[in-house]
Amino acid sequence: MNPRKHLHAEHPHLARLAGRSGRDYWRSLEELGGDPSFQQMMMREFPAQATVWPDSLSRRQFLSVMGASLALAGLSGCSVRPAPSTEIVPYVSRPEELVPGRPLFFASAMPHHDEAIGVLVESHEGRPTKVEGNPDHPGSRGATDVYVQASILSLYDPDRAATVTHHAQARTWDDAATMLRSAIDAARGRDGAGLHLLTGAILSPVLAAQLEQLLAEFPRAVRHVWEPVHNDGAYRATQQAFGRPLEPAYGFTRADVVVSLDADFLISGPGHLRYAGDFIDRRRVSSAAETTATTMNRLYVVEPVISCTGAKADHRLPLRDADIARFVRELAARLSVEGAAAASNDHAAWIAAVADDLEAHRGRSLVLAGPRQPAAVHQLAIAINDRLGNLGETVRYIEPIQWRPADCTASLRELTEAIDRGEVETLLMLDTNPVYTAPADLKFAERLEKVPRRIAMSAYRDETAELCDWHLPQAHYLEAWSDARAYDGTASIVQPLIEPLHAGRTPHEVVAFLRTGQWTAARELVRDVWRDRWKAASADEFDRRWQTSLHDGVIADSQSEPQSVSLAANWNQNLADELAAIEAECKPAALELILQPDPTVYDGRWANNGWLQELPKPLTKLAWDNAAIMSPATAKRLGLEFGSYAHGGEHGGYHMPEVDLSLDGRTLRTAVWIMPGHADGTVALSLGYGRRHAGRVGGDEQVSLGANAYVLRTAERPWSASGLQVAATGQRRLIACTQQHHAMEDRAPVRVGTLDEYHNSPRFAAQPDEERDDDAARRSKDPLTLYEEYDYAPPKHKWGMSIDLSACIGCNACVVACQAENNIPVVGKEQVSRGREMHWIRVDRYVHGSAEEPDGFYFQPLPCMHCENAPCEYVCPVEATVHSAEGLNDMVYNRCVGTRFCSNNCPYKVRRFNFLAFADFDSPLRRLQYNPDVTVRSRGVMEKCTYCVQRIRHAEIDADVEGRKVRDGEVLTACQAACPTRAIVFGDMNDSASVIAGAKHSPLDYGLLTELNTQPRTTYLAVVRNPNPALEA
Amino acid sequence: MTSEAMRIDTDRLPAEAEPPPSKYAPAGHTFTSITEQISDIVLKRPTGLGWLASMAAGHTLALVFVAVVIYLLITGVGIWGIDIPVAWGFTITDFVWWIGIGHAGTLISAILLLLHQRWRTSINRIAEAMTIFAVMCAGLFPLLHLGRPWFFYWLLPYPNTMRLWPQFRSALVWDVFAVSTYFTVSLLFWYLGMIPDLATLRDRTTSRLGRQVYGAMAMGWRNSARHWHRYEAAYLLLGGLATPLVVSVHSVVSSDFAISNVPGWHETVFPPYFVAGAIFSGFAMVLLLCIPIRHIYRLKDFITVDHLEVMARILLATSLLTSYGYLSEQFGSWYGQEEVEHYVYLNRMIGWGQFASVSWTVFFCNTIAPQVFWIPRLRRSEPVLIVVSLLILLGMWLERYMIITTSLHRDYLPSSWGMFQPTIYDYLTFFGSIGVFLVAFLLFARLLPMMSMSELRGQLHGAHAHEEGR
Repeated sequence: MNPRKHLHAEHPHLARLAGRSGRDYWRSLEELGGDPSFQQMMMREFPAQATVWPDSLSRRQFLSVMGASLALAGLSGCSVRPAPSTEIVPYVSRPEELVPGRPLFFASAMPHHDEAIGVLVESHEGRPTKVEGNPDHPGSRGATDVYVQASILSLYDPDRAATVTHHAQARTWDDAATMLRSAIDAARGRDGAGLHLLTGAILSPVLAAQLEQLLAEFPRAVRHVWEPVHNDGAYRATQQAFGRPLEPAYGFTRADVVVSLDADFLISGPGHLRYAGDFIDRRRVSSAAETTATTMNRLYVVEPVISCTGAKADHRLPLRDADIARFVRELAARLSVEGAAAASNDHAAWIAAVADDLEAHRGRSLVLAGPRQPAAVHQLAIAINDRLGNLGETVRYIEPIQWRPADCTASLRELTEAIDRGEVETLLMLDTNPVYTAPADLKFAERLEKVPRRIAMSAYRDETAELCDWHLPQAHYLEAWSDARAYDGTASIVQPLIEPLHAGRTPHEVVAFLRTGQWTAARELVRDVWRDRWKAASADEFDRRWQTSLHDGVIADSQSEPQSVSLAANWNQNLADELAAIEAECKPAALELILQPDPTVYDGRWANNGWLQELPKPLTKLAWDNAAIMSPATAKRLGLEFGSYAHGGEHGGYHMPEVDLSLDGRTLRTAVWIMPGHADGTVALSLGYGRRHAGRVGGDEQVSLGANAYVLRTAERPWSASGLQVAATGQRRLIACTQQHHAMEDRAPVRVGTLDEYHNSPRFAAQPDEERDDDAARRSKDPLTLYEEYDYAPPKHKWGMSIDLSACIGCNACVVACQAENNIPVVGKEQVSRGREMHWIRVDRYVHGSAEEPDGFYFQPLPCMHCENAPCEYVCPVEATVHSAEGLNDMVYNRCVGTRFCSNNCPYKVRRFNFLAFADFDSPLRRLQYNPDVTVRSRGVMEKCTYCVQRIRHAEIDADVEGRKVRDGEVLTACQAACPTRAIVFGDMNDSASVIAGAKHSPLDYGLLTELNTQPRTTYLAVVRNPNPALEA
Repeated sequence: MTSEAMRIDTDRLPAEAEPPPSKYAPAGHTFTSITEQISDIVLKRPTGLGWLASMAAGHTLALVFVAVVIYLLITGVGIWGIDIPVAWGFTITDFVWWIGIGHAGTLISAILLLLHQRWRTSINRIAEAMTIFAVMCAGLFPLLHLGRPWFFYWLLPYPNTMRLWPQFRSALVWDVFAVSTYFTVSLLFWYLGMIPDLATLRDRTTSRLGRQVYGAMAMGWRNSARHWHRYEAAYLLLGGLATPLVVSVHSVVSSDFAISNVPGWHETVFPPYFVAGAIFSGFAMVLLLCIPIRHIYRLKDFITVDHLEVMARILLATSLLTSYGYLSEQFGSWYGQEEVEHYVYLNRMIGWGQFASVSWTVFFCNTIAPQVFWIPRLRRSEPVLIVVSLLILLGMWLERYMIITTSLHRDYLPSSWGMFQPTIYDYLTFFGSIGVFLVAFLLFARLLPMMSMSELRGQLHGAHAHEEGR
């Protein structure tokens, strides 16, 4: 289609210009300036226009047309000939602060279901391209997790719902308005009876205020809440223990001993980024000065499924879910918690050691239970903390950050019962997907069909949307005005970075429409609520405060106050019954099914995000799939074993045995995966897969990824269930896995010592290398190279990186951050199974000890080592990979012919090759995300980590312009910026005062494979653990 | 030139004392009968069904090759099974295998010429042709193997506006020089040796086209004493030039591996070990070509069982050399006790990565099977020679495959260990290249004299063999 015609159709006022001369055109532009719709169009920047022309105008065409239009504008000035009028509009007046080529950063917040994370969004000429953490936000402090990083890709997801639909037919928002009006008119007469709302957890104070108003106007309307990854156990426990639901806020900085009962607090749950940072800060020992005086916290983890938190534990006990209750009961009894009866236990020594350690750290210890645990375990954990004097010290309680928290399961059950009673006339579902996520025994899909008027609002036409009459497209958080609260209650304004790419609106607008019958802009709704809240004296004061809040990304002084709490007298009222019920469930021989949110697609809401699908799960390293995960012993018992290699084998995948999992008459077919560290007798399956209406990436009716674990999930037993049957079908399924090999094979890529060893011999990690190098030096007096050494004397820079393996929690944020920053393509499951994934930084996972009884799990992020004697450089026949004057190992994509010798010769195997045309040059939406500072690589070209050379250059240019040196910490690589534990340090090693120079002088510093004389520029700080001497025997 | 002149030459009388008759000389033949029998294959023999059938098979495979190459150029090297860590797979294996086969030709032409091994006369043309075609096949693979093959010329040192040269520290650049030099010299050698015979064909052919084509290719050869004088000097010189190439090409090819730091590649024994292996596989291929040729074209008088036997002896000798290479690698890895390297060799033998069957097949084919040639009767048995030659060719292909994949798939960091599994396109590219070779060789057999008539005539008692030198 002719793009110009298309634009004419979109903008009739432009059509008026057609046929006029160029000179007229430019004058007319000013004339037209007063037209408000024209102004609106002018304000739209490039991305919005690109979506107006999704297929007909590529960026290249856009630029060439724009170039031509500029040229013609000049020509028309000379009146050589009448130039054809053109529609491309340059900036007439440049937006404030915008310098083409330099990104702007805007503060906002990404709402997740259990907390909001403050972000700074990088915007290139109106295109948001990258999300970073907001250093001023308490839940982020500059760090991000994989979801924050990947959220930018969802913004540009072409599968997002683009229009209002009615029975899958495209409609307009006006049609939706008519429908909503008739629904609300019907409800109004009955005080709202028949109107039911189903939402996820609501963290937005504005939405909360709106719903309060709505429910006040429609007193008989009912709001239900459903989150598939709920924390009902903690809700019920705090209700019982304190008489009201409260939210814990942990103080890891003050905790010396931490006992986690299946709580993966480093990776998930409210505050995980903050907690990971705080927790790891207590484990940093690597300052060179006072090695002998350093102390560390100690972490005990009891869990059925190996998690990132479990991997960081000093002592870890894999227990079935049913046994965890027994464990905590015994622990409580040992700590003489009132009303806790001792239970027989196989782990008496372990429990005794933990109890003693806790006892010795009263007020400086912390016991926390995970969301998968039942209320009884949470109650006992609270009681233990109370008994140890930790309440108010290491754990404080605040008012819940979500609006009207509830027992999700009970709330959803109420809805189904109301449907059964025929009370539900209109069901409006906001940003929730219950058809996919509801417990199987509630038969939600069946019941939903009985509701006369079904409306869903969500970002995708998902499973719920399919069964609804009406579906309203929801705007992405980067296109919407809203607000949201962090784990500690701090509120942030969510501000849009771009006009909605599709027709999305926010739940605020829909809820406001229900009340007022007309559309109000979300920005006004948000401002109205905060205007009320702040009770600002004047409009000026409000505007000032509003601007400050937008600028800072947090609303000052909005965090929740800690509540003073005390254990209710009847806290253990139902405890014995509940424990007995759990005990009854706990049959030693029975297999236990463990359900858990997925480390990448979570409950399924991220299923259509290619970055997250391709991201290897932290421990299993599976990509694009879930599987029935079990320990080697369980697999052996069930007669299952690893299948045959897929193409890539250990670095790629396997054809794994397929099994039918049956539980209470429900059956699910999935593949098996065997992973050391799982409690024997359990089979773990993660939620979020097997989707039918996620999109082209996450699964649709034709192709589905993985198995839908919700099929086996019931309201009563949402997280684990005993009595699972596993039957092999005899078939095999392809499972993609980027690192099956978990042993270190005595090569010690990760070097580990205990705190005692560190005190006695701080250089334990580097010592073997130093002794060997001394030998080598004695043998040969010459430097071990034939070539002249590089000169990095100042003012040149000598960049270097250090990665603290004690601090790495394996969260993968660096991997996705790198993918977003460096335009790294997604290759798909089949290519991953061939060992061709493109991640520039990978997180290796090693297991120490035998597969049956592993005694340590380690993570090792591996970016390019930027070797001084780089093995890749001398084998390249065309000089496509060369040493830079600052010590970087540069990759010249244009020069690469693709011999792949460099990859063969790289002992770290960090180079990635475009075996096929992986990069997406064509889809207009996808291209908007690309970082303009980084080349998109074509087929047949090698690529690898560049130390984010584009960021180095930016900083150097800035420093040059300002006539100063680059400051330490001015260059943050993408991986470093994302890291919640600040495990990655980067900087100029020439600067002796820099953090990197300090890290390089740490006694724990060691290089990987230095015996090859590669002289890696990326080095590691060895892992230091703090085991309990009482358990070391 | 007319056939009259030829006759004068063939009736030339000996001028000096005769060397003793060789047992490899064609018995019972005269100058005329040699000329007639060899040239008639080209000029008179009707195109046989067997030839047509072979040509059809060769063309089918060659077409497969073309189709795969087109698909490859459109799609990318990802159609093969290569991955990270095993970024080189079948294609480099194929390259080394073909280059190795190409070694016998020059060895026979150059070294045996200089060493006065008169038995080479019957087989040198066939071996040289085989070399040319094998190197042509080999040369395709590194090009196709590139991620962006259309930029292959960046490996050549040519003046350009970027003022960029190839990176001379890389063995891949040395490869370009080694292989292209080898191909050029081999081609010249082959062609030069063929000039007197092309003149014979020109003189004997009855077709106008033949006269023109052979005439042009004979470059005005008139069989004069001056021509012979210069021809023989040039031939000897080229032989001298080609001799170091026999050693250099495969030594350089082995550097593609030896200069790297990959455990299992980084071996000082590689150059001689690769050269021995190359001659080994080359002679196996020569045998495999000679045996059917001597039957189909009734050339048993020229390629006698004695010829076959001497080649079998060479197979045995080079098998022992190659096996010494295996032993030295294993010993080195055990004696050095360098952990990673030791692991690679153990992995090859024991096969934690499922490659043990490959390694043991290699040892069987290349070390065990050729030992039958200690028995003289088996050296002279054609079926045995064919079977063992096939085994050797398989073994030598697998040997390169083993070296490439087992070394790469489990190198330094266990986290990046992976597997290599070929795709259908890996196989099609390889078998397709055999088709290309077959087509070229069949055309050679049909259009050019398969043996050097002039040299064979020189072998006859009473002739003055030109390779005796001056």
